[in-house]
Amino acid sequence: MRLFYHLGRYYLLISKVFAWPERSSMYYRQTMRELEYLGINSIGIVVIISLFVGAVLTIQMDYNIESPMLPRYLIGVGVRDSLLLEFSSTMVALILAGKVGSSIASELGTMRITEQIDALEIMGVNSASFLILPKIISTMFFFPLLTVLSLIVGMSGGYLVAVITDVSTPQEFVYGLQYVFYPYYFTYALKKMIVFAFIITTISAYHGYYAEGSSLEVGKSSTRAVVHSSVVLLMFNLILTKLILR
Amino acid sequence: MIEVRNISKSFGDHLVLDDISISFEKGKTNLIIGKSGSGKTVLLQSIVGLHEIDTGEILFDERDFTRMNFKQKKQVRKEFGMLFQGAALFDSFTVEENVRYPLDMFTDMTFDEKMERTNFCLQRVDMMNANKLFPAELSGGMRKRVGIARAITLNPRYLFCDEPNSGLDPQTAIRIDKLIREITGEFNITTIVNTHDMNSVMEIGDKVMFIYEGIKCWEGTKDDILNADNQYLNDFVFATNLAKTVKLIQNKKPETRS
Ligand SMILES: Nc1ncnc2c1ncn2[C@@H]1O[C@H](COP(=O)(O)OP(=O)(O)O)[C@@H](O)[C@H]1O
Ligand SMILES: [Mg+2]
Repeated sequence: MRLFYHLGRYYLLISKVFAWPERSSMYYRQTMRELEYLGINSIGIVVIISLFVGAVLTIQMDYNIESPMLPRYLIGVGVRDSLLLEFSSTMVALILAGKVGSSIASELGTMRITEQIDALEIMGVNSASFLILPKIISTMFFFPLLTVLSLIVGMSGGYLVAVITDVSTPQEFVYGLQYVFYPYYFTYALKKMIVFAFIITTISAYHGYYAEGSSLEVGKSSTRAVVHSSVVLLMFNLILTKLILR
Repeated sequence: MIEVRNISKSFGDHLVLDDISISFEKGKTNLIIGKSGSGKTVLLQSIVGLHEIDTGEILFDERDFTRMNFKQKKQVRKEFGMLFQGAALFDSFTVEENVRYPLDMFTDMTFDEKMERTNFCLQRVDMMNANKLFPAELSGGMRKRVGIARAITLNPRYLFCDEPNSGLDPQTAIRIDKLIREITGEFNITTIVNTHDMNSVMEIGDKVMFIYEGIKCWEGTKDDILNADNQYLNDFVFATNLAKTVKLIQNKKPETRS
């Protein structure tokens, strides 16, 4: 029963968020702020993690392709497809759910318990729309860029390992990266990420917006935001994979 | 003038406001007093529409707020200014952006006009040199002053203050009280102030309403309050030894009473 309560309230919040903005200039300014805060500030963590995962994937691929019958360029193919199909969208989204989701929930939660949201409502501002819509727009725009970045950095990490160790020659590795490339793998990754951005942002915003009580509660609601958005994200990963990838 | 007629409000089966009726007058500071937990905040938030009330009516200069649709309510809300208990300044905006925010959101002024109005309001509350600071860099009293500046930017007809001097030292508290009273008179605003502080009552209580566990027990002015014969009110007013002593002295010299 609690589930239906939350689903209903989530739906109401989202419909409030997508009301027509009254002052587009203010929304524009707010969106620029969020782009920096939620997007640009996440570049660092995506780069670091993608670099290491690309490197590790290369080593593991080498480990799996021990048979001399198999061509070495398969390492490059494997790294590329692992990044494209799962890591640079789903795994990066999970990481972003932790970083961006918790920051959204705690920001809105703090605004709620310190009556900043009430202050907006009193003025006659649609607080849900003013606070949440710019976040949705900026993450749905920026997260796919982070996927692209993660792909590039991940493959570079793999290449570095190929150069430094002798798992494969750099030429073979690059050949593998280019071998039989399906462009729709790429669009699949981007589409998934756009959906994930929406899930992370709205679920985290929901938990923050309806926080109540003390600052302790804000912490709890930010934890719930991360857990719920991660679970929903993984569910949608399954559904989308079934739908898009055939 | 704001008229409250027979409003009740409960959360679940906890009745927090019980059939309250009162009118708040224009150009005066109207106080709602009572000990903490008595329902002051809920009453104020019900008046401004942050809580749905169960029964009753609220009229803003004859306009029945409870019967308005969303759009009409929004129009009336543009005449509200509110000072929250913790000032509720927007953390991510500077002082200047906070005060300018209602202008940015609701007027078509040019940037220079907006800045002129912003600076006027900041000057009015004596906060001239803090434009670029963030709320986290201000003291409690300064935050309240910026809160007042933000509340008056759109020339409100109604000003609501929830415990404007909680968490402040007595001198700063009185300064904030006086500021609220001056602004109320200057701009002829209908002001409602929640407080549990007897200093405020004696300082700015043009009209005072005493609430006890959600029930209105008494109303009058600060001049009547010391001689009221309501037991709950007396317990509240004479809770401190200082107040008891004052009363004792006063009773000994009846000729000095006005
Ligand atoms: N949102 C709420 N949900 C449930 N109970 C509430 C809520 N807000 C206030 N109350 C209850 O209403 C009563 C009055 O609270 P309040 O108006 O905050 O008192 P105060 O006079 O100190 O401002 C308290 O018993 C409080 O527990
Ligand atoms: Mg209160």
